[in-house]
Formats: sequence, C-alpha cells, structure tokens
Amino acid sequence: MNWTIAIPEIVLACCGMAILILGVFQKDDGFKLCSMLVIAALGVAGVLVVAGAQGPGYHGMVVADSFSTFCRITILVASGLGVLLSMDYNQHPDAGHQKLGRFEYPVLILFATVGMMIMVSASNLMTLYMGVELQSLSIYVLAAFARDTTRSSEAGLKYFVLGALASGLLLYGISLVYGFAGATGFSELARGLADPASVSTGLIVGLVFVVAGLSFKSAAVPFHMWTPDVYEGAPTPVTAFMATAPKVAALALFVRVLIGPFGHLIGEWRQLIVLISIGSMLLSAFAAIGQMNIKRLLAYSSIGHVGYLMIGLAAGTAVGVRGVLIYLVTYVFMSAGIFACVIAMRRKGRSLESINDLAGLGKSDPAMALALVVFLFSLAGIPPFSGFWAKYFIFIAAVDQGMWILAVLGMAASGISAYYYIRVIRLMYFDTAAGVAFDVRPMSLSVVAGAGAIFTTFFFLFPAPLVSAAEAAAKVLFL
Amino acid sequence: MTIIIPGTGATDMEIGLGHFLAVSAMLLVLGIFGIFLNRKNVIIILMGVELILLAVNLNLVAFSQALGDLSGQVFALFILTVAAAEAAIGLAIVVIHFRNRGSIEIDDVKLMKG
Repeated sequence: MNWTIAIPEIVLACCGMAILILGVFQKDDGFKLCSMLVIAALGVAGVLVVAGAQGPGYHGMVVADSFSTFCRITILVASGLGVLLSMDYNQHPDAGHQKLGRFEYPVLILFATVGMMIMVSASNLMTLYMGVELQSLSIYVLAAFARDTTRSSEAGLKYFVLGALASGLLLYGISLVYGFAGATGFSELARGLADPASVSTGLIVGLVFVVAGLSFKSAAVPFHMWTPDVYEGAPTPVTAFMATAPKVAALALFVRVLIGPFGHLIGEWRQLIVLISIGSMLLSAFAAIGQMNIKRLLAYSSIGHVGYLMIGLAAGTAVGVRGVLIYLVTYVFMSAGIFACVIAMRRKGRSLESINDLAGLGKSDPAMALALVVFLFSLAGIPPFSGFWAKYFIFIAAVDQGMWILAVLGMAASGISAYYYIRVIRLMYFDTAAGVAFDVRPMSLSVVAGAGAIFTTFFFLFPAPLVSAAEAAAKVLFL
Repeated sequence: MTIIIPGTGATDMEIGLGHFLAVSAMLLVLGIFGIFLNRKNVIIILMGVELILLAVNLNLVAFSQALGDLSGQVFALFILTVAAAEAAIGLAIVVIHFRNRGSIEIDDVKLMKG
C-alpha cells in the first residue's frame, strides 16, 4: 500500500478544509483572500503532482502515471483559470442581485478539482465513482450559486436531476461489470477480459451503461440536452469553469476506462463511440446556427468539440489518445480565453449575453475583438491557430485506422460550424451599428484572454513540448 | 437461498441471483420512468434517483454474495454515503428554486429553451 501516490489530492483536500475554516472567520465575505489561497493551493498541488512518485497506490485503487500527471496538470491549470475568471465578476454582480463573491465559491472549485484529479488517476471503478461524484456534487452547487436568480437555480436543478440520473446509469453499468467480470480493479478487469470467451452479454450491457453515464458527464449526443440550458443559466464564471476542467476530466476518464480495462472489447465500444461522435459533431454544427445567446452558442460548440475528441478515442490507438490530450489542452486555453471575453461583455455593470451586443466591437474595443477573432477562428479549426492542429492530430489518428468516413464527417462538420463562428466575427467588424464600448475590463480577464490568445496563436511555432508530453502520456495506456 | 413455504415445510422455490437482478432491473426502470414520465413535481424525481441507487445497491450486494467477493458490499456502503450527500444537495437546490419560483412543479422549470 503506497499512500504517497495520492499526496497531491490529500494535500489539496486538506487545504480546501483549512480555507473553508479560514473563510468562516473572516470579517468581510473573505472571497478575495480565499480565492488567492485556492490558487496557491492549486499551485502547490501542481508542484506535488510533478515531483510526486509514480506507480500504483492503495492496493491498486489509484495510479500515478504520466497519463494521470498530464491530465492532473491540465486540470489544475484549468481550475486556476476558472478561479481567476470569477474573481472580478463575483465581486461586481449585476445590479439588484446578491453578490456571488462568497468564500465558498473558490473552495467548491477546489473540491471539484480534487474530484477531477481522482477521476483521472482512478484505477478502480470504486475510485472512479467517488471522483465523479465529488466533482459533480461540487458543480451542482456552483451552477445554482446565484441563488436569488431563477435562471441559475433552474440551471442547478436541471444539472442536478440529469447528473444524478447519469451517475445512476454509470453505477448500474459498474454493478453489471462487477458482477459479470468479477472485479472492479482496472488491471484485473483487463486481465479477465483478455479472453473473448469470458465476455458475456451482461458485461456488454454494463459497458453500454458505463458509456452512457460517461457521455452524460462529457455532454455528448444523445446525452447532451442539459448542456445548453445549464451553460446559459449558470453564472458566467461557472460556465467558464464547467467548459474547461470538467471536460478534461470527463474525457480523460473516458479514455482511461475504455482503453484500460475494456481495451480488449474495442470492437464492441468502437461502434458506440463512432455514433456518439458523429451525432455530437452534426448536432452542434446545425443546432448552433440559430443561437443568439453567446453562452448557448458556446454550449453547442462544446458539444461539437466533444464529438471531435471522440474521434481520437474511437481510433483507439496511442496516436488517437495523443490527439485527444493535445486537443484537450488547446481547448482549455481557447475556452478560458473566449469566456474571459464573454465575462467582459458588460455595459453599465449589466452582463450581456446576446451576440448582437458584440456589434461594432472591432471599432469600440479592437483588442478584445482581436482576441475573440483568434479564439473563434481557433474553435472553427482555421490554421494556423491551435484548434486547427488539435483537429489535425485527431484526424490523422482516424485516417491511420482507416476510419475515413469519420474523418471526412468531422471535416464537414467543422466546415459547417465555421459558419456560426464567422457570423460573430462579421458582426464585430462589419456591422454598421454604432458599437457602444463595454465597461473597462478588469486586469484578471485581460490576463486570461491575453494568455489564451498567445497560446492559441503561437502554438504552431512551439508544438514540440506539448506533443511529446502527450505522446508519453498516451503510451502509458498501451503498455 | 431457499424459501420454506409456511405450513407445509416444503422447500419449493430457489431464490437465486437471477431473481435479485430482475428486481433490481425493475427498480431501475421504475426510477427512470419516475424521472421522465412524471409531470408533477420535483420531489418525485428525487425519489426516482434514490430508486436507481437502490437498484444498484441491490445488484452489488447480490453479485457480491454470488461471487463470494466483499468489494461489492464495500461499494454499496460508499454508494449509500454518496446518496445521502446527493439527496442533501438536491433538496437544497429544490429549496432555492422554490424560493425563486414559488412552486416546484416540473412544468414551471422551463425558463430556458431552444
């Protein structure tokens, strides 16, 4: 029993509890102090992850390998950006509404982060479930955090009901897998399922339930229906957080579960993943066209991106997993950046969400317009931005496996979806409406948007470190 | 497990794994229908969620008994704990929704569409 494997998670959870106690004893709301401390704790956890020991721990309950290290670092960065994005917005809520800046907010993000770290380093179905629940329960509360607005409480309610259903389906699948394979550990399952004769119908049913539960958590068609409503209703910084870190965790978990314990059943789950992938890409390409609310638009866009990520998973090779990991990192920076711009969309202290409010932004705020152009082009997959290269790494994996149709459909979907991204850009630069300038942006949003834009634009000059790290992480799963 | 029919002393029916799985599958279906078919109120949805988790627990315990492996029962205990936390959070969210809307009818949860 090697307990040092989980030190980053343990330290982070203890920091969370300490910050919670500290927050209670603050004279003011303690939001700023607690946010700073949470960012510091995330940094400490990051150092511990990098410096920590590798190998299995707790009798094979968790594992620290380069895959989990890669994902945990990505998650920590994404959560840090999430806290940073919330800092100003939560202290200046819309007129007439309660302040979101309460100290529980960063602490909940921290606990969600602990859950996500457990998800990506789980090597047993039991740890997997505990991680998923810790993450989900924290985010249910975050989605309903603006508790005096109906939209937020409705988003929280919808997310809770569908999320709880998803957990139930996931669990039912896990129970069937446990019953028909006789184990919950990933390595035992992989060993047990190596022999095709040991695979029963009950196990396949369980696998389908597990895939359904995980698709719910990663918002893939046909389990995507909560996404637009929750993205729209939740406070914008929460949406920004939900679009980044939990996506990474859910997709990384998907990859680890399907490639690891169920690696020998690739013939069975590949069909499911291909269907989910095609459905997600096409639905997002068409459904986003009519959206006027930018948060809803980004929700549909995120469904599409999950579809592209699934192509890499469907390939089921180290190249595919490498593509998924690269895509996730670039997606985190694109999303954080574009949400920084969305949070900055305020006039006279009121948040705006309609894409019509962006009209004339090219004249009134050229810097923000330029950043948005970078992010939108990158989301659409237009070279030389990072979104193009991420899709490239995914598509070559599919073509390697002879999955031409999937790759071609992916390209077609990204061509269609370019329409609604570019519509926003047209509105910013070529709409004649006189653009009234937005309120002055706080520094934190400019920093996140700037960092995201720099990463997205210049990724193609220095791709080597990320690509080699992703490659090393992907290889671990295929040993 | 055998059941002794009262009064006769005869063992007539063998209750095996299949029966437990059938009951738990029924509970699961009831839970899912409780979530999707009910048009009345949110509390029924919470009950549906609990039913699903109970189905899972029954499954795990039955499998654990059949396999002679304890990890299924440990898992069931974890699920019980998490279900309690989940119900607490769910009820809290229902309460703030009720404060905002003054009702917990499902048909009132429709501010956002599209």
